[in-house]
Amino acid sequence: MAEAPTETLKTVVLNDKHVALGGRMVPFAGYSLPVQYPAGIIAEHKWTREHAGLFDVSHMGPSFLMLNERSGDADADHAAAAGLVEPLVCGDLVALKPGQLRYTLLLNESGGALDDLMVGRSPTFPGGLYIIVNAATKDADFARIEAAVSSRATLQRADDNYALLALQGPEAVAALDALVPGVADLTFMTYGTFDWQQDKVFVSRSGYTGEDGCEVLVPVADAGALWDALLTDERVKPIGLGARDSLRLEAGLPLYGHDLDETVSPTEAGLGFAVSKRRREARDFPGADRILREHGGELARVRVGLFVEGAPAREGAEISDGAGSVIGKVTSGGFSPSLSRAIALGFVPPEHAKPGTQLQVSVRGRSQPATVAELPFVPHRYVRKAKP
Amino acid sequence: MTVKYTKDHEYIRVEGSTGVVGITQYAQEQLGDIVFVELPTLGKSLKQGDEAAVVESVKAASEIYAPVSGKVTEVNENLSGEPGLINTSPDADGWIYKIEIADAAELDGLLDAAAYEELTK
Repeated sequence: MAEAPTETLKTVVLNDKHVALGGRMVPFAGYSLPVQYPAGIIAEHKWTREHAGLFDVSHMGPSFLMLNERSGDADADHAAAAGLVEPLVCGDLVALKPGQLRYTLLLNESGGALDDLMVGRSPTFPGGLYIIVNAATKDADFARIEAAVSSRATLQRADDNYALLALQGPEAVAALDALVPGVADLTFMTYGTFDWQQDKVFVSRSGYTGEDGCEVLVPVADAGALWDALLTDERVKPIGLGARDSLRLEAGLPLYGHDLDETVSPTEAGLGFAVSKRRREARDFPGADRILREHGGELARVRVGLFVEGAPAREGAEISDGAGSVIGKVTSGGFSPSLSRAIALGFVPPEHAKPGTQLQVSVRGRSQPATVAELPFVPHRYVRKAKP
Repeated sequence: MTVKYTKDHEYIRVEGSTGVVGITQYAQEQLGDIVFVELPTLGKSLKQGDEAAVVESVKAASEIYAPVSGKVTEVNENLSGEPGLINTSPDADGWIYKIEIADAAELDGLLDAAAYEELTK
């Protein structure tokens, strides 16, 4: 029942905190991380939806890219830095305003996703970008970015000398603002630098749960103190990877390596919003031919949400149409604690993708009814404008 | 009352010629919140080691094997509506099914409480 670690796992800076809190440590993307604390996945999930959940996501890949030769003109320096990374992704990075973050995808020449990531324009440092990639792909992603920018910019990894914490939920921003005043002024998908103890922390209003909240990049020396200080707030509880997964699944957000891989294009994954208009018109991103064909309607498959009757349908379960022909596969599936039912994400041809369409999923060799659902399963509650 | 254990973390509580089967306290802790239970079919004949039921946690599905051979005589229908009984009361309200023990000698090959405790240390 238990997975035996087969390789040496890296530990995160806060490893001892997780163990002391009773976290059940499991291998994930090469790191030992808490899948849950004693409260359990369902309680942790619901706490995050109602209050504020604190996640250690230090396994991920935060980094800073700095333009080497700056002109002194902030917009020109930003355009130069963004222009070095843009050929790798489908998003408009040049258009970012200071302190703005954007979700985008690293693509291969066939338009398949090598990773999904966040790129921000430094609020203070012209020609600086804040880039956060996924844990399992980070070495390859950083190598790819470094090769693209060559000697014109320097990529500084921040995954070893910083911890990355996510505080998510309707009370998250208020709880963080009590410790780090000013973060409540951030709006969704912006970030800034703030003083904490003797150091600076990078706080973005973002996350991957569908809730309002922040992600905080904090230097290793202060990480434990910030973690402890947040947990003294009665609104805040530690949340493991298990609930992180069920929260993002309910929010309809794809998980790289499951719902996204190098064969899946942004269009297929329902991430067409991440292919910006300017880039579409310029056709200057990897796999543009395919993605623009798909954008025009030539799509073989699309990502859908499914309400599953009965047992949860897990990754790999076959999806069939009403007549019983196999039309696709589940890429993530599980139990929704908020809805108390089984939900899944998977890919099917567009003619079967309309919400309400009756399909079937195969679980342990038996067919179970499944209905195409609107995504997200649970509404997003992002705060796009700061409260006056 | 005799309770025997498998190395796969099932228990069987022997009540005359019937065995009550469930998963241990240790197993429910390891699995976490149980969200779905697939019960065996009533009357089904199982051989020792056959897959008898499936319990699903938020994250994964786990098979429950038959500790001994026999016929399924009763299933715990309460688990259909309240699968979390396995978490809150694995050895009482969270039992999964009852089996008519075909060959009591098979019980001798299972672990006793002390041996099981040793296994989970």
